[in-house]
Amino acid sequence: MTRFLRLVGRDLHLALRQGSDASIAVMFFVLCVVLFPFGVGPEPNILARIAAGVIWVAALLASLLSLERLFQNDYEDGSLELLSLSTLPMEAVVLAKTLAHWLVTGVPLIVAAPLLAVLLNMNAEGFGILVLTLLVGTPILSLIGSIGAALTLGARRGGVLLSLLILPLYIPVLIFGAGAIDAALNGLTPRPHLLLLGSLLAGALPLAPWASAAALRQAVE
Amino acid sequence: MPVFAGTELTCLRGDRLVFTGLDFRIEPGEALVLLGPNGSGKSSLLRVMAGLLKPLRGQLSWDGVAVTEDPDGHRSRIHYVGHLDAVKPVLSAVENLAFWATLGGAADPRANAHAALDRLGVPHIANVPGRYLSAGQKRRLNLARVIAAPAALWLLDEPTVALDRAAIALFEEIIAEHRAGGGMVAVSTHVDIAMPGARDLHLDDFTPVPHDEDETEHEDVEGEDAA
Repeated sequence: MTRFLRLVGRDLHLALRQGSDASIAVMFFVLCVVLFPFGVGPEPNILARIAAGVIWVAALLASLLSLERLFQNDYEDGSLELLSLSTLPMEAVVLAKTLAHWLVTGVPLIVAAPLLAVLLNMNAEGFGILVLTLLVGTPILSLIGSIGAALTLGARRGGVLLSLLILPLYIPVLIFGAGAIDAALNGLTPRPHLLLLGSLLAGALPLAPWASAAALRQAVE
Repeated sequence: MPVFAGTELTCLRGDRLVFTGLDFRIEPGEALVLLGPNGSGKSSLLRVMAGLLKPLRGQLSWDGVAVTEDPDGHRSRIHYVGHLDAVKPVLSAVENLAFWATLGGAADPRANAHAALDRLGVPHIANVPGRYLSAGQKRRLNLARVIAAPAALWLLDEPTVALDRAAIALFEEIIAEHRAGGGMVAVSTHVDIAMPGARDLHLDDFTPVPHDEDETEHEDVEGEDAA
């Protein structure tokens, strides 16, 4: 367990000293959302109507942006080889790196989301549920993304391939995430959507590290 | 006493057979030097020994037990030094080293890391970020990893690349100490590293012979196999 935490700590340390990855994801998120009022016009009712979907799609793309680097640096400098030879199971390595990725890129998105919701004139009733869906949803994005990052390791133009592999798998998360907010705004209960989102997280938590670990073992061979 | 041995190992890279029918044996305190021209499979054999690469045929055993039956146990007793130095540019030398020492199971990783850097003659780089280290310093840092946490078997792939003479001499002493304490070493090299009593393994002896070769050549190779 200490080894697991040391790996998470090391990755956070690296991300914070390099600085760029974390801030790029959240800046991309903000810019992406800010573009919409320019595109669809400043009509408050229209913006309020599309706010949930826009914020969720932007969050999805922002999380995808930094995923390519998830294993890339460790793969290129030989660290991944050494990690695979350590007594820490490969699944734990994946989980630790994914957790660090989420803390660095997912959490800032959750913090920024309510501000953007104000910008898009979303009804204040939806703010709580927006944060809640992102809190459950963004870890799923990181987990599913880790599979794509592991599979495209060493491939040329891995980033493009990664998007093509992963975006279709993000669709259920998007549907239930945006659906929960819409339900809450229309006076319905968001509970079923949240439960489905929770079940996706419960499924991804053991399955994604397992699949990524298998892909990484292939990559270091 | 534990013995690390491989029998009838065959390695396939892509669609090329690198070596076939290879046997080796390392006993405590012994060193095995892998020799052979470029592409003869020295690195592949070390990766097979480490468990990074699965052999097509044959098996590795530790003390008579197949390594495939206890992969976790095997990983805990090896140190592998490959061509890549695994040095993070934004972490200082001692932070880099302490992380690997923690994963290797050292009780006090930071103290071990400082001691290991001292031992390799580079205590002054302890607080220097990885990106400012020279190739030779990075290599010393990578080699310091093997003494920062204990492991019985060292697998070293061309450890002397980028090292100066003084560093090679230091490293020879470190290997001698490790062997005196019952440790095992397998090393591939193009440079002479002084290792008294080391056993040589010529990998070109195990290079597969293409099918269209004549029969005498074939027997020749098999004769060397047995020896």
